[in-house]
Formats: sequence, structure tokens, C-alpha cells
Amino acid sequence: MLPVLEVSGLTTVFQTRSGLVRAVQDVSFSVNPGETLAIVGESGCGKTMTALSLMRLIPSPPGRITGGTVKLDGIDLLALDDAGMRRMRGSQIAMIFQEPMTALNPLFTVGRQIAEMISLHEGISRRSANSRAVEMLQHVRIPAPERRAREYPHQMSGGMRQRAMIAMALACKPKVLIADEPTTALDVTIQAQVLDLIDDLRKELGTAVVLITHDLGVVAEVADRMIVMYAGRKVEEGTTQNLFAAPSHPYLQGLMASIPKFGAQEGARLKEIPGIVPPLNNLPPGCAFAPRCPAAIGPCTETRPPLEMKRQGHAAACWVA
Amino acid sequence: MREALYYARRYPLGVAGALILIAFVVTAVFANVIAPYDPLTTNARFSLAPPSRHFLIGADMMGRDMLSRMIHGARISLAVALGATCIGSGLGAILGLTSGYIGGWFDLIVQRIAEIMQALPLLVMALVITASLGPSLVNTIIAIAIPLIPNVARVIRANVLSLRELNYVEAARAVGMRGRRIALVHVFPNTIAPLIVLATAQLGSTILTEASLSFLGLGVPEPYPSWGRMLSDSAAEYLRSAPWLVIFPGVAISLVVFGANLFGDALRDILDPRQGD
Repeated sequence: MLPVLEVSGLTTVFQTRSGLVRAVQDVSFSVNPGETLAIVGESGCGKTMTALSLMRLIPSPPGRITGGTVKLDGIDLLALDDAGMRRMRGSQIAMIFQEPMTALNPLFTVGRQIAEMISLHEGISRRSANSRAVEMLQHVRIPAPERRAREYPHQMSGGMRQRAMIAMALACKPKVLIADEPTTALDVTIQAQVLDLIDDLRKELGTAVVLITHDLGVVAEVADRMIVMYAGRKVEEGTTQNLFAAPSHPYLQGLMASIPKFGAQEGARLKEIPGIVPPLNNLPPGCAFAPRCPAAIGPCTETRPPLEMKRQGHAAACWVA
Repeated sequence: MREALYYARRYPLGVAGALILIAFVVTAVFANVIAPYDPLTTNARFSLAPPSRHFLIGADMMGRDMLSRMIHGARISLAVALGATCIGSGLGAILGLTSGYIGGWFDLIVQRIAEIMQALPLLVMALVITASLGPSLVNTIIAIAIPLIPNVARVIRANVLSLRELNYVEAARAVGMRGRRIALVHVFPNTIAPLIVLATAQLGSTILTEASLSFLGLGVPEPYPSWGRMLSDSAAEYLRSAPWLVIFPGVAISLVVFGANLFGDALRDILDPRQGD
């Protein structure tokens, strides 16, 4: 199967007062139609910047995409002009955000906002756009969709709003849906509902999903494959099954070990990875993780390890693994 | 209609404000019919006549009926106040929106010009403008409107700066909307609340600026009656001997400003769906 989204060598930098910050460096991955790819990593590792780069929504200035290609069905998004990119956003590649409470304009009804986006891309009449909006609300399992479409965002709960955002994102049947921490701001019970919903819609519509999260539990539940990012670079990639069964990079091993375990010995301390992510404008030579790595050896602090195939469906950038 | 009744019941003060404004507007429109005398006819016999059966609220120094002058003055004062507020707030809102949304060098230039304009007192700038344009009703409106622009532009710009960082603006970009449309459809409507508050607050100051300009002979030319000039002409000389010359124009100006504020507050609440339910 041909991948629907092919990212290669994506590099995004920010010009700041303290120098050039490389937020995303040489990141490559591909997603097949109907597949869910998870991008994981702790705060500040470049997950969200990768997502915004795919949409070309990096605030510029100070941000700039300096290299790489993002091919959506063979079309390089980074080579499109602004008008061309606008036509892609929403219709071919859509995004949902972390904060459902503020992602809808408080002054307009939810139905109107969804309809607005449909008529923007498909040029259909107001009336049919409105009925499509109601249809989409029903699709994301919002009860009484006709009534809800006439309501304002403040009349809806967080989970309901996030579902409305999903309805908006999927209204034009995009090929790729980027979900940037879609459940972080929601209650745990609602989280599961929203994840199930995204997963069902993915199966129904064949949309490829790029799921950005720091929650490994979420990854295990819905992702087919995952990539792990650290300090702006991809450090490990593979099928979710392989990576969970045998993480090879000490960073992922550390992340896994930090998950609280049910039935752990009473009074046992929760494991953590010591230290913090190094500042992106002052990365150590060699492996960026080396200063925090329990397994670091000589070359780790001198030369950056390349991403190598460790076994079928599992690659990692580590000298030790 | 049912909605109007619902809001009317919910915002009785807003209704009061609207009624006050409507009363003044009706007075202004039908001034010819309502006024008992010609506002320009002088008669030395009745100079400074106190309120009586003939002159309900007295007569001025020239023996002109105060009530008729007040009624005709409503035309000029309301025209100046509404005209200057609408022009000033409108242009200010456009400048603030573009300046805040586009940003960069455009923002820099607009804001520096606004600062230069704000460095001059409102009255001084209005003086310079009327002095160069010559006294007339339209020129008075322009002269009062221009100094309002920078204030409105700065408030709206500050609002836009915070609005454009909000998630729904980014979400609008993420569904492929163009910048101009986002600015007009998603950012501008969210600045209407502060705009209304600002505009109603300025309504009063425009009437007072007009009064000062007229007092200096640069506003609406004599003998046409304007509340502001009636007030400022007589305040110093006749406050003790003929207080009705001061009280009634003052009350009229205060009432208009009061009505506009009440109405503006209710309007702001009604236009914001978050306040409803």
C-alpha cells in the first residue's frame, strides 16, 4: 500500500534572541491510509511543532521550515503557494487541537462554524452545508444533533466540544487527520470515548491519523505504529507491538519504566528519568539523551548515533541498543 | 419580536436608555413641529425672561425662547455626537483591526502615528482642524471625529492582539480559511463589546468638545442653537441671574449621555451570546 503521507527530512527552526532553536530536526515518517501513527515524547520534544509544520501553521516569524518534504498523496505541501496550502487545509489534511474549550469561536453556533468550513471548501449552498453539519454532528455521536447545531460553544461540555471539533475536522473527509493531544484536556471517561470515536471514524472513512500524545496508555490502545521523539529528533520507530514488547532506546525504556504499575510493591518509588531535556539551542555533541542516559558509553557523548534498523519493524538511534 | 420582548424584560435599564435616546431623536427629527417659537427670532423685550406661561423654560439674553432653541439644538447636538462618534469609532476600528491583525511594520507605523495624535489634547487638535477647514456643521463633525480615531484604534488593536492568539483563530487557519476572512468573521465580531462601550462613553465627550469649539467660535456657527454653546455661553455670565440658561442644556446633555450609556451596556450584553441563558 502506498503511504498517504510521506514526511522526509523535515526541519523547523525558530530564530530567538538566544540563537537558532532547532525545534524539529531531520524527522521522517510515513503513514498509510487508515493507519494510526503515534508521535510520543515529553513536553518540548518537538511533537506539536512537527504537527504544525505538516499543516504549515508554524508562527512565522520567528519560525521557519528550513528543509525536507511533506508529501500528501504525492503533492509536496511545502512547495505549495499560500492559496494552494489553504485549499489543502481542512479538505485534505485536518487538525484537532488540545484545548476544546477555546477552539470554537464563542460568538457563533457550532453548526454554523462547521457549515462555514464545509462551504469554504466545497462551495455548496448554506442550506446544504447546514444539513451536512448536522449530519457530521450525528456522525460524532452527539445526541439531538439538530438542536446542538443551533447551540453556542459555551452550552456544550468539553467532551462535546472536542467531538464538534472532530466533526469539523472530518467534515470534508480529509485523507490525514492530525490529532494534537486530543484528550489531554478531557476527563478520563470522556478520553476513552473520544479515542474510540476517532478510531471508529478512521475505520469508517479510511482516514490516516497522526496522533500526538505523551500518554503511552493511549498509544498502546489505538496506535498501529509509533515514533518516539527526543529534543527535536526521532530516536525510535516501529510497530507499537514491537516497541512496547522490547523498547531498545534507553529513553523509551525510561518512559516505559516511569508508568505507574498496578500491583507494584507498596511504598515503591515511582521511577523517573533523571535530569531535564537539554535546551534546544545548546544541544550536547553526540546523542542528545546521553547526559541523562543510564547506559551511556564513550561514543555517546561524541558522535550522534544514526537511526538503525534493530530488527524487522523496529529502528532506533542509539549506540548501545 | 418575541426575542425583543424577552430582552426588554431582561434589561429594563437598557429599555430606559433606548427610550431616552428615542425621545431625543424624535425631538430632533420633528423639531419644526414641536418647537413653539422660531429659535432664531430675537426680541429685546424678553431678554433673560424667567420661565413663564409663554416661555416654559425662559428666554436667553437675546430674548429667544429657550425651549425652542433646546428642541432645535437637539438636531445639531445629536448630529454632531452621533456623526463624530460613528466616523471616529468606525475608522478607529478599521485601523485597529488591520494594525493588530497584520502587525509588523504596518502596525509600527500606525501606532506611532496614533501616539503622535494622542500627544495633542483632543481640543487642540479639533481646533487646528476646524481652523483650517472653516466653521460648519460637517467640518465640526470631522474635526471632532479625527481625534477619536487613535483612542479607538489602540483599544481595538490591543483586543485583536490577544484574540488572534486564541485557539479558534488557529483552528480557523487549520481548516484553510484566509487571513482576511478570519480577521473579519472571527476576530472583528469579538471586539464589538469594547467598541460599543467605548463609543457610548465618547458620545458625551463629543457633545462637550462641540460645546468648547462653538464657544471659541469654531464650531457650529451662530445663530444656530447647539446645547454645548448654549451651556458654555451662559455658564459664566448668567449662572446666578438666569440659571435656566445653564440648567436645561446641561440636563439635556447629561440625559443623552446617560441614555447612551444605559443602552450601550445592555446592547453589549445582548450581543454577547456567553451572557445569555
